Amino acid sequence: MIDVAKIRADFPILGRLENGKPLIYLDSAATSQKPRQVIEAEARFYAERNANVRRGLYLLAHEATELYEAARKKIAAFLNAYPEEIVFTRGTTEALNLAAWALGETRVSAGDKILVTEMEHHANLLPWQEMARRKNAELLAIPINKEGELDLSAFHKALDRRTRVVALAHASNVLGTINPVQEIAEGAHKVGAVVVLDAAQSVPHMPIDVKELGADILAFSGHKMLGPTGIGVLWAKGDLLGDWPPFLTGGEMIREVWLDRATWADPPARFEAGTPPIAQAVGLAAAVEYLETIGMAAVQAHGQELTALALEGLLARPFVEIYGPRDPQKRGPLVAFNLRGLHPHDVATLLDQEGICIRAGHHCAQPLHRKLGIPASCRASFYLYNTSDEVEALLAALGRVWESMR
Amino acid sequence: MSPYEEVILDHWKNPRNKGRLADPDLVGMEVNPLCGDAVRLELKVKEGRVTDVRFAGEGCAISQAAASLLTELVLGRTLAELREMKDEELLSALGGVIPTRLRCALLPMQALRKALKTSA
Repeated sequence: MIDVAKIRADFPILGRLENGKPLIYLDSAATSQKPRQVIEAEARFYAERNANVRRGLYLLAHEATELYEAARKKIAAFLNAYPEEIVFTRGTTEALNLAAWALGETRVSAGDKILVTEMEHHANLLPWQEMARRKNAELLAIPINKEGELDLSAFHKALDRRTRVVALAHASNVLGTINPVQEIAEGAHKVGAVVVLDAAQSVPHMPIDVKELGADILAFSGHKMLGPTGIGVLWAKGDLLGDWPPFLTGGEMIREVWLDRATWADPPARFEAGTPPIAQAVGLAAAVEYLETIGMAAVQAHGQELTALALEGLLARPFVEIYGPRDPQKRGPLVAFNLRGLHPHDVATLLDQEGICIRAGHHCAQPLHRKLGIPASCRASFYLYNTSDEVEALLAALGRVWESMR
Repeated sequence: MSPYEEVILDHWKNPRNKGRLADPDLVGMEVNPLCGDAVRLELKVKEGRVTDVRFAGEGCAISQAAASLLTELVLGRTLAELREMKDEELLSALGGVIPTRLRCALLPMQALRKALKTSA
């Protein structure tokens, strides 16, 4: 059990009004709110320790570098990984682009196969599309079944010796589905394929141990887990990064440079060209510390509790259609739904009049919505600062929206 | 301002001139692939004046109410007048539209402009 009232007091924004009503923020899957511990850590860095990292010879620069590298260690420990396996990026999107590009350069040739799934966010689809095009490889999407879960028999059937990469969401940002990474990794590794996980919707919400997970590469964003925007993480197992050529080139990622050539720094620096998001790394470390203090198991349990309440309430309303598994244990803390005959944009605008912020649209998953046969959907997503009263408020407001638009 | 003024709810629940014309002179269609909103406008024109109009479409209440209301605004007008018609006329007839939903409300105007282009 977590003390939500105490947690809420740490989030200044939760005190504001939305259209004159108390803010009910149910869009943490898009971006989470930030506790003052994170805001202050970032502000304190700028006020007291700001300098560029890795090159200054003065004390201040040394202190900034120490903080930046301490953030890397903090995040590594959070995932049970090694610091050398952690690359800071701008976010999940950049991390996945880096991985797709580097795997394309090192492991994929014409005629090879790359597997994705029908439930991918565009960020974990387009980099593979582009790589497959560049390498003349085949891109195949594993279908989902009626429950919104992966069709594992189709996955095993698609898997063969030509398969070089299996890229999938750990938790779907629309269906909520948590995919069986261990089973998928076991199959993929048998044929020598690398497993890449879009963990943007899982790392913020559940305990993650990369040594148990089975994936080889993991990408996530700081801003969905109480941290700042502009920073994300690419984790790659062991010496995978060592084989990769740089994705971006420039300052800080080199060993030696001549006018006509250069040699590269070791990972992770090789993949951090230019001045990195230093204050953001410090902020992300503060976010991880905040989550660790609460405990990821407790964060997950709270999310499941709210999701169960939302699912139960939505399923009890005949005018609501929901997408994804009915079992809250099989989900991340979000629910996508529609009110029959109403466009999700109308639902979102009307809820906003009551101070309730949800997402409406295709959630950067157009192929998935096409598969579901809908142009768009509403999505409510929860985090550690949300209360069961807020879920009840959403359910009650949906009833009023439905009545007003009939 | 409520984002769903009475006029929007009225046109959403009781759309005017919804359907298809047997033999339209001008047709314009506009789609927003981001949200799936679609509006098709069909006009019958005699001596440069709109004598009949229908809309078909699907999507949010604002886009569909705006399309319904637009059919009332264009009926009886000349094509020359319609070419001069401003977005603001439709928006104010709708009772005002919140900034986040302007794109929805103006989708039918884009359909109308496409229809007018086919008459040039």
